[in-house]
Amino acid sequence: MSMDYREYILDHYRDPRNYGRLENPTVHVEDSNPLCGDQVSMDLLVEGDRVTAVRFQGRGCAISQAATSMLTEMVEGKSVEEVVRLGKDDILEALGIPISPARMKCAFLGLRVLHKSLVLAGLERPEHAEERDDEL
Amino acid sequence: MQDVVEVRREPRSVEEIRGDFPILSRQVHGKPLVYLDSAASSQKPLAVIEAMNAYYRSSHANVHRGVYEISEEATAALERARTKVARFINARQSRQVIFTRNTTESINLVAYSWGWANIRAGDLIVLTTMEHHSNLVPWQLLAQRSGARLEFVPVSPEGLLQLDVYARLLEQGPKLVAFTQMSNVLGTINPVKEMIAQAHAAGAVVLVDAAQSAPHLPLDVQELDADFVCFSGHKMLGPTGIGVLYGKRELLEAMPPFLGGGDMIRSVSLRSSTWNDLPWKFEAGTPAIAEAVGLGAAVDYLSALGMEWVRQHERAITAYALERLQTVPQLRIYGPASGEQRGGVVSFSLADIHPHDLASILDQEFGVAIRAGHHCAQPLMEHLGLVATARASFYVYTLPEEIDVLVQGLRRALEIFQL
Repeated sequence: MSMDYREYILDHYRDPRNYGRLENPTVHVEDSNPLCGDQVSMDLLVEGDRVTAVRFQGRGCAISQAATSMLTEMVEGKSVEEVVRLGKDDILEALGIPISPARMKCAFLGLRVLHKSLVLAGLERPEHAEERDDEL
Repeated sequence: MQDVVEVRREPRSVEEIRGDFPILSRQVHGKPLVYLDSAASSQKPLAVIEAMNAYYRSSHANVHRGVYEISEEATAALERARTKVARFINARQSRQVIFTRNTTESINLVAYSWGWANIRAGDLIVLTTMEHHSNLVPWQLLAQRSGARLEFVPVSPEGLLQLDVYARLLEQGPKLVAFTQMSNVLGTINPVKEMIAQAHAAGAVVLVDAAQSAPHLPLDVQELDADFVCFSGHKMLGPTGIGVLYGKRELLEAMPPFLGGGDMIRSVSLRSSTWNDLPWKFEAGTPAIAEAVGLGAAVDYLSALGMEWVRQHERAITAYALERLQTVPQLRIYGPASGEQRGGVVSFSLADIHPHDLASILDQEFGVAIRAGHHCAQPLMEHLGLVATARASFYVYTLPEEIDVLVQGLRRALEIFQL
């Protein structure tokens, strides 16, 4: 974490984008970070080869919640192929501040949930998601 | 190996004590380290580091049965450490002090060895909702396998055990009662002596989790009349990897072994074995010799300071912390308001800032190390309606100026979060 939480991180934390639930999601997944209790649940609506809608709910630190909010902006309207490729570098780039090793789990919680959702929906190979998870 | 026991009559200044802890002079993120996480693990004085160093440099060999000089020295060093610990907690005999890896292993030893021999389906085990996971999960495992029942003494909104409920649970005739002497989240100091007497009157065996109390309060196991007492070396200035189980002799004698292997046997044939005497019956395999030596040195260091002094110092620093923290807007403190009922632990939350964000800001901008999370006490956090808290904890080396840095950091966090 750098000297301050940039304005846009606080903005995403205070006013998360795509917050809430979908009425008929293709897939719903929840996960939590056992170390700190951060929680994220996510609904994805996949139509054809596109993720047409995404919503999330959660509670936890500014890093976990802002990162998930930013992630949903990267997901909505994208092709499944593009969404499957989203990785930790995309999150770190979006956050734009150094994240200490202990906080990486916070930063990547939403990403984990996203890839779990894709696996559950049969859109991503489980090994692929696991490999990505191991990198975290 | 010679033991250097420094006997000091004059109380030492905290500044002078800090000089004994090499790590306290380092910097983090370009700031002097302000270490406020001693409830998780304490820092180590040079006396402990050097005792372990000297042991490895001059006397290391495997213990027991070695018929040569340095093995005899190593054995003597291990057993001398045991005697020191026994004196420190006023055990009647040093054989009542069993070395384990940590508090968790000590509790598991009792849950497996005593528990398996004594707990049957339908038996009652009484715990409290303020327990650390290490004094909860071993009993859950025992209950699941034996069919025993668990009941819990709840915590009041002020962070105190509800002793009226405790009395009612005792009327149901529990086989075992296990509770912490000091909460690692709320800092609550429980009235263990009275609770033990009540439990004994109800016919229960009592285990005390002293992980938080042994480092900070004078501990007299005979005065408490506890059946089992468990604590860790690393929270009381000693190294990691060594803990203690104290037990009443008749209980320990009657218990089957916990782990099987070398050192814990008297004789072994292919199909059966007989057990060694206490304490070695419970110490299978090569023990943590250097760590025991380090713990012995830690106990010497604490004894030289005097545990009464340790308690006085922490009471003063905790009172100062409570007073200063109350000046921070939107800060909420959990646990007992009175210093008498609270050890050197303060859990708090600041506005709606998540404790992890708080801990990161304090670390990065002020070099302050605090703990943030559920503190391995999820049921208690749930009871308080919290996911996580921030926790500052103090020890013999904590200065009021460090509390001031903490308070400054908390005010800065409010600014960063535009609160």
